[in-house]
Amino acid sequence: MNSLAVAALLLVLLGLAYQSGWSRSRALATVGGPKVHSRPQYHGSYVAIWTMMPALVVLLLWAWLGGELTHNHITAQIPADTLQALDQTALNAAINRIRAIASGFGVAGEVAPYEQAAGESLRSFQMLTGTGVLLVAALCGGAALLYARGRITARLRARNAVERVVNIALLLCSAVAILTTLGIVASLLTEALRFFTFINPLDFFFGTVWAPNNAPTAGNYGRYGLLPLLAGTLMITAIAMLVAVPVGLMAAIYLSQYAPRRLRAVAKPMIEILAGIPTIVFGFFALVTVGPFLRDFGRLVGLNINATSALTAGIVMGIMIIPFVSSLSDDILNQVPRTLRDGAYGLGATQSETIRNVLLPAALPGIVGAFLLAVSRAVGETMIVVLAAGNAPVLRGNPFEPVATITVSIVNQLTGDTDFSGPQSLVGFALGLTLFVITLGLNIFALYIVRRFREQYE
Amino acid sequence: MATTSASTSPQTAPERTRLIRAGLRRRHRSETIFRGLGMAAIVLALGFVVLLFVDVIRKGVPAFVQSNLHLEVFFDPAVIKVDPAPQTGDFASPAEFQAASLAWQRDVALLNWNRIIEASLRAKLPANTQIDTRELLTIPETNARHQVRELFVANPALLGQTVPVDVLASANAANWIKGNIDRSLGDAQQQMSPAARAVIDAFETSGTVSNGFAWSLFTNADSRAAPAAAGLLGAFIGSLYMMLIVIVLAVPIGVAAAIYLEEFAPKSRLTDFIEVNINNLAAVPSIVFGLLGAAAFINYLHLPISAPLVGGLVLTLMTLPTIIIATRGALLGVSPALRQAALGMGASKTQMVFHHVLPVTLPSILTATILGVAHALGETAPLLLIGMKAFVAQVPVTPLDQATALPVQIYLWQGNENRNFFEPRTAAAIMVLLGVMILLNGTAIFLRSRLEKRV
Repeated sequence: MNSLAVAALLLVLLGLAYQSGWSRSRALATVGGPKVHSRPQYHGSYVAIWTMMPALVVLLLWAWLGGELTHNHITAQIPADTLQALDQTALNAAINRIRAIASGFGVAGEVAPYEQAAGESLRSFQMLTGTGVLLVAALCGGAALLYARGRITARLRARNAVERVVNIALLLCSAVAILTTLGIVASLLTEALRFFTFINPLDFFFGTVWAPNNAPTAGNYGRYGLLPLLAGTLMITAIAMLVAVPVGLMAAIYLSQYAPRRLRAVAKPMIEILAGIPTIVFGFFALVTVGPFLRDFGRLVGLNINATSALTAGIVMGIMIIPFVSSLSDDILNQVPRTLRDGAYGLGATQSETIRNVLLPAALPGIVGAFLLAVSRAVGETMIVVLAAGNAPVLRGNPFEPVATITVSIVNQLTGDTDFSGPQSLVGFALGLTLFVITLGLNIFALYIVRRFREQYE
Repeated sequence: MATTSASTSPQTAPERTRLIRAGLRRRHRSETIFRGLGMAAIVLALGFVVLLFVDVIRKGVPAFVQSNLHLEVFFDPAVIKVDPAPQTGDFASPAEFQAASLAWQRDVALLNWNRIIEASLRAKLPANTQIDTRELLTIPETNARHQVRELFVANPALLGQTVPVDVLASANAANWIKGNIDRSLGDAQQQMSPAARAVIDAFETSGTVSNGFAWSLFTNADSRAAPAAAGLLGAFIGSLYMMLIVIVLAVPIGVAAAIYLEEFAPKSRLTDFIEVNINNLAAVPSIVFGLLGAAAFINYLHLPISAPLVGGLVLTLMTLPTIIIATRGALLGVSPALRQAALGMGASKTQMVFHHVLPVTLPSILTATILGVAHALGETAPLLLIGMKAFVAQVPVTPLDQATALPVQIYLWQGNENRNFFEPRTAAAIMVLLGVMILLNGTAIFLRSRLEKRV
């Protein structure tokens, strides 16, 4: 059906309904007449809502069922003996040809008589149903319009009714967030459970060998041990934290306690630029600049550092997280009451003594919360690790060697593969579930700590 | 700091002063060190920002230059032997015309267009140059023959005429011309034969090859067979569609959800749950949203794979919490006086929110939206899982066509084997991406300052 005609119909209905409700309301409000409860635009919206609902329901019903009906109509036009001879692909091809004939575009080559007939029949069918549906939608809308218009009296609480509809719409919007979470949990769980029908969960969670068989056969699925990936994730996260926490925390301390206002005004947004840079850019930076630099540096001091290694990915990820740590710590340091600081100064402490012995202990819970949030960020980070960690899912403790992480393996096992039939792709969901649980736990714990800390000083 | 004080009591005054002085020196030294550490942290963090930008720009700038070959192409009737192009009027239905026209184009494509290219290259060679066909054809990019063929398809009247055409030099030739490859390397390491290199040098002196701004980077889609012609347009349009979907869906839904939660929701277990839920959703790793998209949108709802529509939906779900949280913050910041004034004048709660509170928060919502969209623009990982890393050589026309996105294009290019040529290209793509993001962020800052002044 022509979407332009649908849009036009809806617009015309909308305009008519609003206008009629509005003018009816204006007619009510006469000098010396009854006091009208709602303003004209509410009456207009009231009628418009009443009118659009049935029209939309009709159109949505057709959108839902129409394809099926048309399909059935076409297959009914194909002679039974021809239909018998067609398999699924040939049937689809025949249907497409009939559709092309019906649209007037035609088909190349010989047209079978039944095709011609079916095409013409389809054409009239489409004309009929198209106008029919539009007509029904218009009639339903019109009837509702008349009904709603008839209901308009001075005492009708049109505003309340309209506001109720608005409220329901708002509620539905906020339900999207819950639906998202439900969708995540449901899709991860169902697919992960399917994975566990292939692989024993114990072998997954406690296995030390990651060797998926990407062309699995019934008895030989390969080995899916989580531990090498978990170890790689933890190693990279630890390195990232070793970079991000000292630098981020010291930067926050300097900016909030020492820096002159002008420096703060320049330096703070500049550091936050780092937070806005896409992670793929950091990944490229790690791959082409930091990795080779570390390798050459290692050669200089006699270390064997791989260009793509846990160290490379960890350092760059640490750089990425610096602004996250520093802005969270900055907020938290600013929340420590001034009186604590002034008390320390009054006792003769120097500025750094105040910070180390008074400010930081007071802010510690908040900073721990920020630290945990940063850890959860690092655990879930993907692109830097995909590019710069080298993808070697082996359980080992040397940070100069390539590693693999949970996120990298999700990307490797799932990229471009939508046929979730074997364990080699389903494992992505089991890994995703693990990742989701880890980050969720960290986040809930961290938010709890930060909230406790805020309440303490509020 | 307390150790040197009154506890050691019987001391002479000068002795105490000396002790205190010593202690002070030590304390001031540690103060300086601490302060220096803070400074160092700032310098380090800012240094990383500068290093990153300088590195990307230094690597990317050469890719904004392309090497063009200026050729005189003769559409030789001896080579181009095809029937005249079919005309619309000769056929019964549009389908028949389309079939005939496709058949004609197939015939045209089967012609040896390389011979046309070769002849036009040979015409430019200096006298007495010996070079075989295969070596000579490594100089122009492989899409040159398509380019010339399309000229002919668009205008069959060109047969027998000579037309000036600019074609791209191949990636390897461009590496040689721009000096991306070390010219002193031996023949074994060079990608081009000695004869071809000599021809390029001769072309350079005769002006047949020249460098110009790389428009192809912005006007072409990705290309594998012709790397020098690979451009960002397809990825850019893909990203644009996704951003449009994000804006159309995430902004109204996000703002509406925030309004409900902040203004209307009764304080109950359910709304508490929604709130915790949204905070957690904001911190869920982006790749998990990719898993959701793969399982729900593609595997369950059977939406087309690699389509900007699915990418846009996934990014919408990812951006929603950010917008909700920012909008709630903005709503929370509106002064109670404004609300009370509206309610006092007889406005209903809905009127109060939509007529008075929302307009005041508009600048903050706008800023948060733009920042959220900018973040979505740079997101790569979830898109990889919904098949957007497929190689797509066409510019997508609708959001249902196959496409890539800018960050995914960066990912694809950085993995290309021709490192000498694609490393600058990747950096250039990053520059374009960062440019768009800086533009978005700048707009956000500008709009905020403009709108806040008005309120």
